[in-house]
Amino acid sequence: MASQVVPHEEVVTLKHHFANDEQQLDASTIGMWVFLVTEIMFFGGLFLAYFAYRQAYPAAFASASNKTNLWLGAANTTVLICSSLTMAMAVHSASLGKRTLLVLFLILTLILGGVFLGVKAYEYHDKWVHHEVPGAHFDCEGCDDAGHAPLFFSLYFGMTGLHATHMLVGFVILSIIIVQASRGKFTAKWYTPVEMFGLYWHFVDIVWIFLFPLLYLIDRSHTGLK
Amino acid sequence: MITAPAPVKETKNYLNAQTGLKSWLLTGDHKRIAVMYLIVVTAFFALGGVFASLIRLELATPAGDLMESNQYNKVFTMHGVLMVFFFLIPSIPATLGNFLIPLMIGAKDLAFPKINLLSWYIYMLGGVFTLYVLLTGGVDTGWTFYTPFSTSYSNGYVVAAGLGIFINGFSAILTGLNFIVTIHRMRAPGLTWFRLPLFVWAHYATSAIMILGTPVVAVTLFLLVLERGLHIGFFDPAYGGDPVLFQHLFWFYSHPAVYIMILPSMGVISEVISTFSSKKPFGYTFIAFSSVAIAVFGFLVWGHHLFVAGQSIYAGLVFSILSYVVAIPSAIKVFNWAATMYKGRVRLETPMLYALGFIGLFTVGGLTGIFLSSLGMDVHLTDTYFVVAHFHYVMVGGALLGYLAGLHFWWPKIFGRMYSQVWSKVSAALVFVGFNLTFFPQFLLGYMGMPRRYHVYPPEFQVFNVLSSAGASVLALGLILPAIYLTWSLKHGAIASANPWGATGLEWQTSSPPISENFEVTPVVTTEAYDYSTVPQEVVHVG
Repeated sequence: MASQVVPHEEVVTLKHHFANDEQQLDASTIGMWVFLVTEIMFFGGLFLAYFAYRQAYPAAFASASNKTNLWLGAANTTVLICSSLTMAMAVHSASLGKRTLLVLFLILTLILGGVFLGVKAYEYHDKWVHHEVPGAHFDCEGCDDAGHAPLFFSLYFGMTGLHATHMLVGFVILSIIIVQASRGKFTAKWYTPVEMFGLYWHFVDIVWIFLFPLLYLIDRSHTGLK
Repeated sequence: MITAPAPVKETKNYLNAQTGLKSWLLTGDHKRIAVMYLIVVTAFFALGGVFASLIRLELATPAGDLMESNQYNKVFTMHGVLMVFFFLIPSIPATLGNFLIPLMIGAKDLAFPKINLLSWYIYMLGGVFTLYVLLTGGVDTGWTFYTPFSTSYSNGYVVAAGLGIFINGFSAILTGLNFIVTIHRMRAPGLTWFRLPLFVWAHYATSAIMILGTPVVAVTLFLLVLERGLHIGFFDPAYGGDPVLFQHLFWFYSHPAVYIMILPSMGVISEVISTFSSKKPFGYTFIAFSSVAIAVFGFLVWGHHLFVAGQSIYAGLVFSILSYVVAIPSAIKVFNWAATMYKGRVRLETPMLYALGFIGLFTVGGLTGIFLSSLGMDVHLTDTYFVVAHFHYVMVGGALLGYLAGLHFWWPKIFGRMYSQVWSKVSAALVFVGFNLTFFPQFLLGYMGMPRRYHVYPPEFQVFNVLSSAGASVLALGLILPAIYLTWSLKHGAIASANPWGATGLEWQTSSPPISENFEVTPVVTTEAYDYSTVPQEVVHVG
């Protein structure tokens, strides 16, 4: 079928301790989902802290959230959703054994991920310049309940920082997968790493889908858009 | 000493299949990784034991004559950190669980051998951080790292210690993940869920706690490190935060973590009691599901650590009631073990002695837990030696004795050698007597009001403290003995047969030690678990 398949190197992809391909794929899939469960719990601690403090200090959170850059956040949300689409297309291409398309979509995903991280870095820099990083130089101009305003920014940096770390890890793994894909490591019969990475990438996107409204949108209208 | 390796030898097994340090450090074989874990876990246990000895030495007199308060704080912190995170949590799962689960379910290996090896290296990396803390001056926060002391006032190396435990947590997560996938997907043909050994059920429940709980403590320590290192505050009121939130997050993991420590021991005890009574465990399904129930309820009781921390009285009530509820599945296990022995052919071999010790001590530990889960009683007993005694009865009397029972039970399988029956029975007796002498007086001390974590105390408490320190010496002797005779057995012990105890279970049907691939042919299971009619009953070990 696929013209790119090199006939002479029939790679053995079944590891010695599995009985058959189906068992091996099942194991990888369950393993990945279990890993994502641990990730949910990992982020969960931060979400809990967010909810507890938002509930306790609504005024501080509402006014401090105005300091986030709504348009950059919205743009980044779009970028990430697009990267999820290209990732899904990559997995689909892999399942059809189309190597060129696979590499193309993976590279697109990589680029979109890079754009996201670049915008995020710009936002962090902006916060730094405006003394909105918790610490000795913290100064939240015009924030209500200034005593608790640093909490919002602690959570902002904690949550988006952890998310960005996951993006960075994904960026590295994706680069490796692109090299492997371009060398023809994956076939229509076996492309488990692409599929598993896809799950991871979608998960990281979904985390952002929650972070964006929590940090950028909720209660913003109290004091109007900037 | 160098006797020519007699006629029997030269069978291939996982220990001699490959040689050289590299063949160990890069292995994917779950059995070798288990042995590597066994070595380092034992080393950390010994180190934690040294700190325990220092504590008991200091407390032999009411005055602070060995250490100053700051040194004492560091000593009990290191004891707690080493024992909880580097011994108790990995002890049974990473050694016996790693070795046995694939064997028990008739698989060639865990689902992810490389991840298994990675978990060992992560554990070692976490250990390196902790040793760094130890060598550079220690940490004085207690193993619970309560804020804001840990983030704003402590003089110790909180960041390095926090990172060590953070990293170490991922080794447990990966082990749990590996077990869950393996138990789901790698079982031999015919091995249905309700034919699984109870040891496997216990590890399944343990793994669930590991993957759901450990990430939460990981993120909590991550926040702690951010607050202390970068002043990105979450918990210190100076940053607008709330220290009680730290306690909630910490205990959301750390209470279930005590079930990570005790459930695998319960799995061991189920195997040992059944084998040495030559009887199918009474109420197999009840024991299996009680493990799952403990894992579920274990997640709903963390608030009983916060009874005096300013949590609402209604929350306290709910947590108190839920804490009582955990006693039910625990009691089911104890009653079922007792019923298993009833009218069984009970043989008092060493693993059985440890198992019987477990039942007694765990029962005391569990019942005193009921005292602590009642709100009013807890206010009186919080932060006293009663609490210390309670959790040592569960963690040492329970988890450690279970570990020793398991180690003695499967030692012939792991290394293919028998150990001295006389010395091992002496050791079991010393551990039991020494343990009770160490910790029973602490119940009385706590009830009389002696607070924990102080190196000086009023003279009227001295009698019980001297008893406790004397007991600790006996306990130490009882724990040093196995290190000697087990090591000795590696070279000089009698060769063990494939099934020296007359046990059921697939792991006993392959050679001792097993071959690298575990089984010559993948076994097919056609009977229920613990079918003693298939085991030749004249099998009695020699040793």
